[in-house]
Amino acid sequence: MKTISENTASFTFTKGGIHPPDNKHYSEGVPIQDAPVPELFVVPLSQHLGSPAEPVVEAGNTVAFGDLLAKSSGFISANIHSPCAGEVKEFTEVFLPHGGRSKAVVIASDGSAPPDFPETDAWKSMGKEDILKAIADYGIVGMGGATFPAHVKFSLPKGYSAEYLVINGTECEPYLTSDHRLMLEKTEELFKGMKILYSVLEPKEVRIGIEKNKPDAIARMQEFAAKADFPVRVFPLKVKYPQGDEKQLLKATINREVPSGALPIEVGAVVANVGTVNAVYEAVACKKALYERVVTVSGGGIKKPVNLKARVGTPVRMLIEEAGGSLDGTVKLVAGGPMMGFAFFDPETPVTKGTSGILALTEKELRRSRQTACISCGRCVAACPMGLNPSRLFKFLDHQEYEEAMAIGLLDCKECGCCGFSCPAHIPLVQGMKGGKYELRRRKARKDAAARA
Amino acid sequence: MNTDSLIITSSPHIHHRDTTASIMWRVSAALAPAALWGVYQFGLSSLTVLLVSIASSLLFEYLAGRASGRFTLNDGSAFLTGLLVGMNMPGTIPLYIPVIASAFAILVVKWTFGGLGRNWMNPALAGRVFVFFSWTGDMTTWPVPRALNLDAVTMSTPLSSIKTGLLELTEPVSGPMALLRDLGFPVSDMDMNLTASFQGIFPGLENGYFDLFLGNIPGCIGEASALLLLIGGIYLMLVKIVNWEIVASYAASFVLLIFLFAGLPFGAGLFAGDVLFHILSGGFMLGLLFMATDMVSSPLTKKGMLIYGAGIGFLTFLIRIFGSFPEGVSLAIILMNISVPMINRYTQPKLFGEIREEAAK
Repeated sequence: MKTISENTASFTFTKGGIHPPDNKHYSEGVPIQDAPVPELFVVPLSQHLGSPAEPVVEAGNTVAFGDLLAKSSGFISANIHSPCAGEVKEFTEVFLPHGGRSKAVVIASDGSAPPDFPETDAWKSMGKEDILKAIADYGIVGMGGATFPAHVKFSLPKGYSAEYLVINGTECEPYLTSDHRLMLEKTEELFKGMKILYSVLEPKEVRIGIEKNKPDAIARMQEFAAKADFPVRVFPLKVKYPQGDEKQLLKATINREVPSGALPIEVGAVVANVGTVNAVYEAVACKKALYERVVTVSGGGIKKPVNLKARVGTPVRMLIEEAGGSLDGTVKLVAGGPMMGFAFFDPETPVTKGTSGILALTEKELRRSRQTACISCGRCVAACPMGLNPSRLFKFLDHQEYEEAMAIGLLDCKECGCCGFSCPAHIPLVQGMKGGKYELRRRKARKDAAARA
Repeated sequence: MNTDSLIITSSPHIHHRDTTASIMWRVSAALAPAALWGVYQFGLSSLTVLLVSIASSLLFEYLAGRASGRFTLNDGSAFLTGLLVGMNMPGTIPLYIPVIASAFAILVVKWTFGGLGRNWMNPALAGRVFVFFSWTGDMTTWPVPRALNLDAVTMSTPLSSIKTGLLELTEPVSGPMALLRDLGFPVSDMDMNLTASFQGIFPGLENGYFDLFLGNIPGCIGEASALLLLIGGIYLMLVKIVNWEIVASYAASFVLLIFLFAGLPFGAGLFAGDVLFHILSGGFMLGLLFMATDMVSSPLTKKGMLIYGAGIGFLTFLIRIFGSFPEGVSLAIILMNISVPMINRYTQPKLFGEIREEAAK
């Protein structure tokens, strides 16, 4: 197929966006290596968007690699599998970085090495339904951070067809390099994964969006795209945050705007992250459940930044130790990227399917400052990729005028952090939006309950 | 691994380098060369005026902050207001006038509405206009700049000379520079030499423009040197503290209107306005780069900024050319400051995905 041979062409979204220091140099050159393996795995049952999975094992059961631990409990939910062979010890409760509690299975590993999951040719003859079933069975979720169950996303609603499958290789969050390394090291697997998704969705074309701060990944993906047996093109994108967001990525790669409140399929597109594509390949072609992922361990407080293939349930502490141990000068630990990730305090927090990075950030990187009054500089308005007026929204929310905030688009906010990053007055804009949305949800729930009564 | 002191706050965890205070201090730094030039031209008394303005602004800010239980001196905004108040004063003004201007700026315009960020007009400009109408005589008594080397103690500015000159005009003249020459307005030696050497490149270049550009003219302490203000303003635009949208639309609308109509009072007809004279004289540069672009009292959106700038350009033109005051920059900016809430209301950003785009690449 035709490819864009040079990196001279570049695409991007048009509205808002920011250019934070990307700090990818810490770890982008470090090949993926295996993370250390703990004796006790703590596997949360809520590692995805939607309802937590229901356990299917009991304390005392013996489990093998990839055995089902908990099954999907609703339309939007996902299966959870064992990251080791061993014995189920107990059920416990853990705090996850996003602030929620989750039930978790504690498994004592018997220390055995994971089996090989060889690729078989069976996937080449699998039908759509079987592929989607495998994606659901093996617990695949969106690996970009949102962890939306993948089988739901790839099952098109009735009456819709996907014109484009857009592969998200932007990795626009600073520091994170796990997708970058996947594109370099697992290129062949990624193209097989894309082929699988191509056969499910039957789009006109597959488009891969990669930001131009990863020229080696663009070159390698273009090389493979040129010899692929399905229509696929690589789109080098101008570096701009939040290009990895579905809506911005679609604007950049297919120049369509997803309407407010709608899903990408509304404009004939499905988006999948490279991490997800890799997981789909492993599930469908190798019959391997999703129990490990690539985690970037980086930041100014990390001695030896690395990209680790870590199993779900591994305490974060072990990843940090693998990356050189001590956290000199670290004032904040973040799970995920610095723009949308969550601060956490407990180094025993387990790795989950959505942990794209573990960052130890120093005071110098945070650039904290005293909050002052809004000086109406308009930088938040200029930065917002959704065309919102964060300053005005925040004032409404500050005065608890939630309905008014909703009327000017509060629910369109996806908490990407462009406004908060830009604000010279250091007003906690994103925190305000999150609080406002939470309050709106709470009010709606109360109203619904009252309506039922 | 000590994790007791880890910070837990909402995303985003990283931040742009600018803070409110860093913006205020950088604007002050960008103003400093022009202020020092004023001190050089108008003597040490103007340094006293600057220092008294800054000190009184800081004092009033401290008192108002104390009354509301806050300490706000370190955000730099009161220093900047004081500096701007001082730069908007003639160099030999009695010192109680800048103190009153600072008091009006800080206490009335800024703090009655709740301090930094709440004022709906530029405090320094409001202070200037307040004392201008209260002590018009003192506010229009200009010391002679050092470069002109005259025996007189005071003189009038080019703009006010023209305003009075036009009232007595009987024969049409080609423009402001010709009128100034007829009125016997002094020109410095430096200007003579520079004009003579540039006449090779620009034949017909009249004397006086270099005085305006470099700042060898009477006026407020801070508005003399267009060159130094321009350097400061360009620096602030490069570091994205000054929004170029306001500067561009203000300058464009002003230049266009001046070019079209400013020739009329001289009997020179349409399309004969002296653009260079008007952008280099009076408070235009200071207003354009440092007053109109005040973040607090300018619109939020880029579209709003364009409208706001164009409005100031129109009003400045109107007051300067057809009003009874020689200078219109400060009044024009204040009038547009007042319209900012309305501009904001009608220029809210367009939501992403509000209109579906069908065009595919």
